[in-house]
Amino acid sequence: MSPATAARPADARVPVGLLVPSLVGLALMLLPLAGLAARAPWTRLPDILGSEDVLTSLRLSLATSTVTTVLCVACGVPLAWLLARTTLPGRAILRGLITVPLVLPPVIGGVALLVAFGRTGLVGEWLYETFGLSLPFTTAGVVVAQSFVAMPFLVVAVEGALRTTDRRFEDVAATLGASGWTTFRRVTLPSVAPGVLAGAVLCWARALGEFGATITFAGSFPGTTQTLPLAAYGAINRGDAETAIGLSLVMVAVSIAILVTLRKRWVSGR
Amino acid sequence: MSLRARIVVRRESFRLGVTLGVDAGQVVALLGPNGAGKSTVLAALAGLLRPDEGRIVLDDVVLVDTERGVHLPPQRRQVGMVVQDYLLFPHMSALENVAFGLRARGTPREAAHVEAMAWLDRMGADALSRRRPRELSGGQAQRIALARALVVRPRLLLLDEPLAALDAGTRPVVRADLRRHLKAFDGCTVVVTHDPLEALVLGDRIVVLEHGTIVQEGPPGELARHPRTDYVARLVGLNLLRGEAHGQVATVGADAAVALAHEAAGPVHVAFPPSAVTLSLHRPHGSARNTWPGRVADVEQHGDLVRITVDGPVPLLADVTPLAVAELALAPGSEVWSAVKATEVAVYPA
Repeated sequence: MSPATAARPADARVPVGLLVPSLVGLALMLLPLAGLAARAPWTRLPDILGSEDVLTSLRLSLATSTVTTVLCVACGVPLAWLLARTTLPGRAILRGLITVPLVLPPVIGGVALLVAFGRTGLVGEWLYETFGLSLPFTTAGVVVAQSFVAMPFLVVAVEGALRTTDRRFEDVAATLGASGWTTFRRVTLPSVAPGVLAGAVLCWARALGEFGATITFAGSFPGTTQTLPLAAYGAINRGDAETAIGLSLVMVAVSIAILVTLRKRWVSGR
Repeated sequence: MSLRARIVVRRESFRLGVTLGVDAGQVVALLGPNGAGKSTVLAALAGLLRPDEGRIVLDDVVLVDTERGVHLPPQRRQVGMVVQDYLLFPHMSALENVAFGLRARGTPREAAHVEAMAWLDRMGADALSRRRPRELSGGQAQRIALARALVVRPRLLLLDEPLAALDAGTRPVVRADLRRHLKAFDGCTVVVTHDPLEALVLGDRIVVLEHGTIVQEGPPGELARHPRTDYVARLVGLNLLRGEAHGQVATVGADAAVALAHEAAGPVHVAFPPSAVTLSLHRPHGSARNTWPGRVADVEQHGDLVRITVDGPVPLLADVTPLAVAELALAPGSEVWSAVKATEVAVYPA
């Protein structure tokens, strides 16, 4: 809190025109969460979450989001560097394209993935005929779908971090004889490490919650492609509200844990 | 062993064109106001900026030759650089910072640390080896930065405003220290600064850069005695006039003349210190042969004295005592007479 706001009297009157809409907004956001907590079958929760089906989808979710995050860091950090540090022609357009998955409905992303990587797809046909590789409706497909939607979070976070670092450190490293790769590894990367970490956490969270692209591109097969959100959707569809709520609580807990982790960076507004 | 450089850099509203020579063991101070192009020269020497035209040769190695398309990257030049805010890598200890260049060139970790420690020792900074940059004072950080640049044994050392980040209290000590280290360095050194005192203390030779062009160069003493531009004159605290000498008189401006102690001829610079000027309200009749009418434009405290800016046929600065200011009731707009003895006036060909 800044000194200016701290100095204001705490009981300053809030205009009704601002108070009412903000309370409505708050209710809209908090009531569903409260509903989950109210209707949760707390006593049976250990049994529900301990069931083989739930554990299977939980394991799959954790595994695929983690692999997705590793893939996104491995490709996204170099991509962010390319965007922030080179004078690549068409960089502005490229930057715009990379952020498309952020606003694209994930289901549409799934359709696009099918067109590209489906067995008769643009690249998919070649992949299948050359290597016998087929991505749709496989666990690898889940990772591809998650990466498609989660990669922008990482690239944007890391590029932002790269832009705010002082490039003269890299100049100094070069005069000391460091190659481009050594400079990246020993000077640039450590200085953007907090940005990479934050980007990776966001990326992981987004991958964990991915639904639309996954169900379209990879389907919902228990054990291979049915991740936690897909399992929750399946449960509610067949009328098993208890399982759906139990799975939802797991996701809420994970989300809150992530917010707490990142609190110092974003939620505090600093 | 030496540096020979010709650098031309063209930007939309700016053109830099300098020719620079530095002998081994010599320190050249590149002095100039902000925006003169000093840092651009350093960047071109370091390889961080590609000149539009030019040739840079260091110890018989051609670093840049635009005609033949030669441009060695910074990594392949034997150049060390220390910048104003030192830019020590924040996530490394002082020792790791110094060892960085050796490690980057493939020296194994152990050997690099031993060598780096020896350099810290030499800089009197061995006790700081485990500290992080944020735990160092400005003077300490400067010594680490210097050690980091020198440990890879560069042939050319570039210092960009190396004392500007220090507070006024520590600057003289660090400056003397830096001078000692530069004396011990056997390669070429170029120090960029906008502080004339720094240039005079550190430089064996001073090159003055204004608007991308070298306007004067020479040993510090020569520069301090015989400034050739208003900028240099202001820096070294002299009044500078340009005129035409005929015997013992030089005409300056439209209708003013300066009496000289010695005969001279042709275009000349005329210089005298502000402390040699006396001010009075009426035309003086004393021994001073140079008297000019004028009007006070500005009055400001200058150390123990008061510096008066006088406008008139001969614009000049005068340093007088606060008592004189009170007695003469000097204020902007006051009409005054300035007087300077001919023996106080230095005359040299323009």
